[in-house]
Amino acid sequence: MTLRMRSAGTRPSFLVYGLLAAFLLGSVFPLYWSFVIGSVTSERAITTPPPLVPGGHFFDNAARVFDRIDFWSALANSVIVSSVAALSTVVFATLAGYAFAKLPFRGSNLLMAFVVMTMAVPPQLAMIPLFKEFANLGLAGTRTAVVLPWLVTAFGVFFMRQYLKDAVPTQLIEAARMDGCSMLRTFWTVGVPAARPAMAILGLFTFMQAWTDFMWPLLVLQGSDVQTLQTALDQLKIAPGQGLSDMALLQAGTIMATVPLLLLFIATGRQLVSGIMQGAVKG
Amino acid sequence: MTRTLPPETVGAATAAPAAGTPPSRTLRQRLAGLDTTVSPYLYVLPFFLVFAVIGLYPMLYSGYLSFFSWPRFGATHGDAVGWANYAHVLQDPVFHKALWNTIGIFLLSSVPQVVIASVVAALLNTNLRGRVWWRMSVLLPFVVAPAAVALIFGALFADKSGLVNDLLAGLGLPEVRWHADRLASWTAIAGMVNWRWTGYNTLILLAAMQAIPRSIYEAASIDGAGGVRQFFTITLPSIRPTMLFVIITSTIGGLQIFTEPRLFDTNLQHQGGADYQYQTLAMYVFNTANSATDPYPRAAAAAWLLFLLIIAFALVNFLLTRALQRRSSL
Repeated sequence: MTLRMRSAGTRPSFLVYGLLAAFLLGSVFPLYWSFVIGSVTSERAITTPPPLVPGGHFFDNAARVFDRIDFWSALANSVIVSSVAALSTVVFATLAGYAFAKLPFRGSNLLMAFVVMTMAVPPQLAMIPLFKEFANLGLAGTRTAVVLPWLVTAFGVFFMRQYLKDAVPTQLIEAARMDGCSMLRTFWTVGVPAARPAMAILGLFTFMQAWTDFMWPLLVLQGSDVQTLQTALDQLKIAPGQGLSDMALLQAGTIMATVPLLLLFIATGRQLVSGIMQGAVKG
Repeated sequence: MTRTLPPETVGAATAAPAAGTPPSRTLRQRLAGLDTTVSPYLYVLPFFLVFAVIGLYPMLYSGYLSFFSWPRFGATHGDAVGWANYAHVLQDPVFHKALWNTIGIFLLSSVPQVVIASVVAALLNTNLRGRVWWRMSVLLPFVVAPAAVALIFGALFADKSGLVNDLLAGLGLPEVRWHADRLASWTAIAGMVNWRWTGYNTLILLAAMQAIPRSIYEAASIDGAGGVRQFFTITLPSIRPTMLFVIITSTIGGLQIFTEPRLFDTNLQHQGGADYQYQTLAMYVFNTANSATDPYPRAAAAAWLLFLLIIAFALVNFLLTRALQRRSSL
């Protein structure tokens, strides 16, 4: 009997499902509650007993969000910045990861160790001179300044290297070279096709990281008309008038800023899960 | 694998010269050789260029800057002041508060997170119905940006008319001043971090658990070990390297916490509560850079102190986990 418990046939007990359901409830509830508050009037949001089912005022609150912040331009900026970040990181990280995983060159181990070590450097350490530097270059308050730190990430290089180590058979590279392919052509015809699944995951992951980033855009965009969704939320919070105390307004804005990534999650959650798990086993 | 290689390569090597045209061969070969040696460096170059510009140079410049003064409204640094900025920061009572706040929030977020993540991972590591769906569901909070999480939890934990206090009142318990009381504010902020990251770490631990051979569990079952016992004697010891990875990455991230406490704040000074009760070190660096006296040099000094703290914590974690591993493997 004990043997069968671990093999394919037997399902776990109700206790396992119950505990997982409780965890799921905890994961979903704050989001649900945010939507509830965002869909009732400002007065109802702060009366007791607290509202626990959605009201019919979400679009009224959303309209007030549009009045306070330039939501659409913030959304567009977030999309642009995150897309460029994802694209650029995928290209450069795949190139570097391929070189580290598959091409023998002097100093590769040392350089790879350096890449890993850079992950421990807190962004706060580089933030201020970088901000001054960008301000001097006239880049403060621009999308370019927001995206520059995301052009290629150490995590991306590490991730691609781990993946490509096993994904590309070394003999295939040697065969392509013997056939007279240049290094770049070999990369393109052998490396890239094998790397494709990992590239998709890395792109998705980087997109989300850049999308949710807050401190750097906050610093480099302060006092500018250009905002990302995250810094726009900060502005909504401190908007003159009742930004802080108007819970319905604030939660409506929060939900509006969260919906795009929720949609992305629904479309790609499966890949995201397998990507995180693959990275973990190999890392 | 390598056994099958030689015949192919020999064949390709002998075929190639015949195809080449004699006059240009040497130049082409030389170019090919150059291609082979230089290409790997070119491929890794973009990362190092980007890091040099956005990481290494500003980091070193921060270190340099931390030994100078900064004139009011000045465009560049003033005189060298030795260790004065470090001395100022280290004697600043706000820095002391920020240091303990950071450590407190970090402990309240990392310890429960690792414990809950390993339990949930063990639950997911069973023969569940709808396995993929359950895995996706634990990752849901991860797609909510920290700024949004902070605004949601800031409202949930509002001192007046927050749902959590309503709930406490309904149960006949005293209300908690989540934004005013130091430990309570740490708990609320740590709650945000736990909410967003537990599912992510669950998946990483789950991946490690799946790499444990089934036969070990089967042998334990035959010996009469139950599920809980198997979790402590087989699962936890086997996933230690991954556990270390999770602990170190959450240390690096946890000590840099900024967004959650900044947006949890209900006053517009962004100082982490009226009495700095939840200002973190990352906020301290940010706020110092926006202050009046020697803003950048002092912020740079504080940032270097934060970096040293992160390295120290990561090292302690590493050594502690290794020591534990040694002791239990004896």
